[in-house]
Amino acid sequence: MTATVDAGTRRVTTAKAISEGIAQEMRSNPDVFVMGEDVGPYGGIFGSTGGLYEEFGSTRIIDTPISETGFIGAGIGAAVEGLRPVVELMFVDFFGVCFDQIYNHMAKIHYESGGNVKVPMVLMTAVGGGYSDAAQHSQCLWATFAHMPGMKIVVPSNPYDAKGLMISAIRDDNPVVFMFHKGVMGLPWMAKNPRSIGPVPEEEYTVPIGKAAIAHEGSDVTVVSLSISVQHCLDVAEELEGTTSVEVIDLRSVVPLDREAILASVAKTGRLVIVDEDYKSFGLSGEIVATIADKDPSMLKKPVERVCYPDVPVPYARVLEYEALPTRDKIKDAIAKVTA
Amino acid sequence: MVDNDTRVDFYRQMVRIRAYEAALQANYHADKTPQWDIGAGLIPGEMHLAAGQEPVAVGLCANLEKDDAITGPHRPHHLALAKGVDINKMTAEIYGRDTGLCHGKGGHMHLFDPEQHFSCSGIIAEGMPVAVGQALAFSRKGTDNVAVAVAGEGAANQGAFHEALNLASMWKLPVIFIIEDNDWAISVARDSATPIKDGSLRGTAYGMPSQRVEGNDVEMIYEACKTAVDRARAGGGPTLLEIHTVRMWGHFEGDAQAYRGDELAEANERDPIPAYEKRLISAGLLTDDQAAQIKAEAEAEVQAAIDFATSSPEPKPSDAYLHVFA
Repeated sequence: MTATVDAGTRRVTTAKAISEGIAQEMRSNPDVFVMGEDVGPYGGIFGSTGGLYEEFGSTRIIDTPISETGFIGAGIGAAVEGLRPVVELMFVDFFGVCFDQIYNHMAKIHYESGGNVKVPMVLMTAVGGGYSDAAQHSQCLWATFAHMPGMKIVVPSNPYDAKGLMISAIRDDNPVVFMFHKGVMGLPWMAKNPRSIGPVPEEEYTVPIGKAAIAHEGSDVTVVSLSISVQHCLDVAEELEGTTSVEVIDLRSVVPLDREAILASVAKTGRLVIVDEDYKSFGLSGEIVATIADKDPSMLKKPVERVCYPDVPVPYARVLEYEALPTRDKIKDAIAKVTA
Repeated sequence: MVDNDTRVDFYRQMVRIRAYEAALQANYHADKTPQWDIGAGLIPGEMHLAAGQEPVAVGLCANLEKDDAITGPHRPHHLALAKGVDINKMTAEIYGRDTGLCHGKGGHMHLFDPEQHFSCSGIIAEGMPVAVGQALAFSRKGTDNVAVAVAGEGAANQGAFHEALNLASMWKLPVIFIIEDNDWAISVARDSATPIKDGSLRGTAYGMPSQRVEGNDVEMIYEACKTAVDRARAGGGPTLLEIHTVRMWGHFEGDAQAYRGDELAEANERDPIPAYEKRLISAGLLTDDQAAQIKAEAEAEVQAAIDFATSSPEPKPSDAYLHVFA
C-alpha cells in the first residue's frame, strides 16, 4: 500500500491510529500482546492502547506493577521465546530506571548471540513537552537511544504514519522503539495541532521503517524534522508558499536514518534547516550535519541552521519552556537566515 | 530419594564441570606471562570460574528439560554444562572462534544457546526479569516448561531481583529463582552487604515459597529444586531458593583474594567434590579406580573441546558488522 490516501477516508487521532494498528495485529497474530503501566482499562495514559482491554481482556492487555526493569525484561524474555510483545514505557524520561534492560539486553542480545536469538518486541513510549510537565516528563531523548546500536527507532508525526509504523514495528524481527510525541496524539485534554487528526485507512497497511517522507515539496530550502516538529514545519511551509519554497522532510525513523532522502533534498536546495525537539548537542541534528559533511560539504550554499532544544533541562514555567522549544517563529527565522 | 545411579551421575557431572573450569584456568593463565595482561592469550578478557558451585548446577539441572529455560549470571559455565549446552560450541565461544555458540560475539559472560534455552548476562540480576518473561511465554503457550533465573547473593540486593520476584509472584509464573550464595560479591562479604542471614525471607515477602539450603550438598539441592520445579510445572507459581555454596577461586582469574584472609583456606576445605566422592565410596557406590576413570574421561572430553576450539577458525574481522539487526 502506498502513502496516498483517498480524500474520503475517515479521520482519526494518532492515538486511535496506534491502538487500531495494535488491535489488527493482535487479531491476526495470537503471539502479540501488550503490557505496561495503565495500558488496561485506562487505555494508556496517552491513549495508545484505548479500547484494547475491552476487546482482548486482561490476558493479552496486561497492566503491570510500577516495575519497568521487571516488565521490560519480561518483554525481552517473552520475545526471545517467540512472542511479540508491545511494551509501554509510560514516559521516555523513565528510561533511567530500566535502561539496562533496554540497551544491554533488548538491543544487544541478537548481536551477542551471533544472530541466533531474535528479540521481536516493540517498546512504545511517550516523548516531548510543551505542556509544562517540566524536566522529568518532557524530553524526547531519541538520540540517546539511537546512539546505542541494535534498536530501530520510529517517530511518527501524524496518524497515518503512526498506524503504519506500528504495524511494521510489530512485524519486525528486531526491537523497535516506537516514540510518540504526546502532542501528536490528538488528546482531548491537551492543545493540539489539527494535523494530529487525519485520514487513516481502516484496513491494515505498513509504513516502512527507515524511509523518510517528503511531507511538503519545495526547492529553496530543505527542512529536516521529525515527530511533532514536522507539524510546525508544515504550518510554516504552507504559510510561506508563494514566497519561499520549503521542502519538509519527515524522517519518520531515526534508526535507520534515511540519509539518502536528506542528501537528495539538500543536493536540490543547497540550504538546510534542522528542527529537532531533542537536545541540540551530541545528537540527531549534529548527525544530519555530519551526513552532509561526509558526503560533500560543498552542496551547502549557506551554513546550516539548527532549531533544537538548547542544552538545558526542560523548565516548568510556560514562558521558560517556550523560550527553549522549537516554535514556528524560530523555524521561520531559521529559514529566513539560510535563504537570505 | 535420589537413586544410586543418579548419585554416581551427579558425581560424574560435578567432576566434568570441575575438569572444565580447571582446564580453562590453566589455559587462561598459560599465555598471559611474563607480564600478566588480561587482554592477551588464547582466552582474553575477564574469566569467572565456578569451582565449588558445581552442586548447585547439577542439583538444579537434573530437574530440567531441554525446553526449560535458564538465565545465568556472569559466572555461567557450570550451569551451561549441566543444562546440556554443547561443550564444543561453548568452548569455541570462550576462545572467540567462529564455530562458537555466538560466532565469537558473546564470549564467556554472554553465552546464548537457544536450543537449550540457555543464556547468561554480565549485568548483575538483570537476567532475572528475562526469565520471568520466558516463563510468561511458556505459560501463554500452554506448555509446562519452567524458567530458572540464577544469580549470586550480591545480586539479591539489586532492584531487578525484587522486581522479578514481585512480577513472578503476582502473575504466578513458573519461575524458580536460585540465589547462589557463595559468601562473596567480588571482595565484599555477604555479611557486609546483606542485613539478614536467611535471604529466602525476601521470597516470603513476595508471597512465594522460599527456602535457604545449607550444606552445598548436591542431593539436598536436587530435592529442594525438585520441589520448586514440580510446583512450577504444576501451575503452583514461583519459588525462591537461596543455596549456600562456596567460591573456591577468585571472583575473576587474577584476583589475588587478599581480602579473604584465612577464610580462603577454609573455603577450599569445603570443596564439595572430594566430600561427595568419599560419601559414594563409603556407600559402596564408587571405587577409587572408578573415580579415577571418571576424572580421566572428563579431562579427555574437556581436552577434546579445547582442541575443537583451538583448531577452529577465528571469525572474519568484517563479521563485526553482522548481526546488529536481524
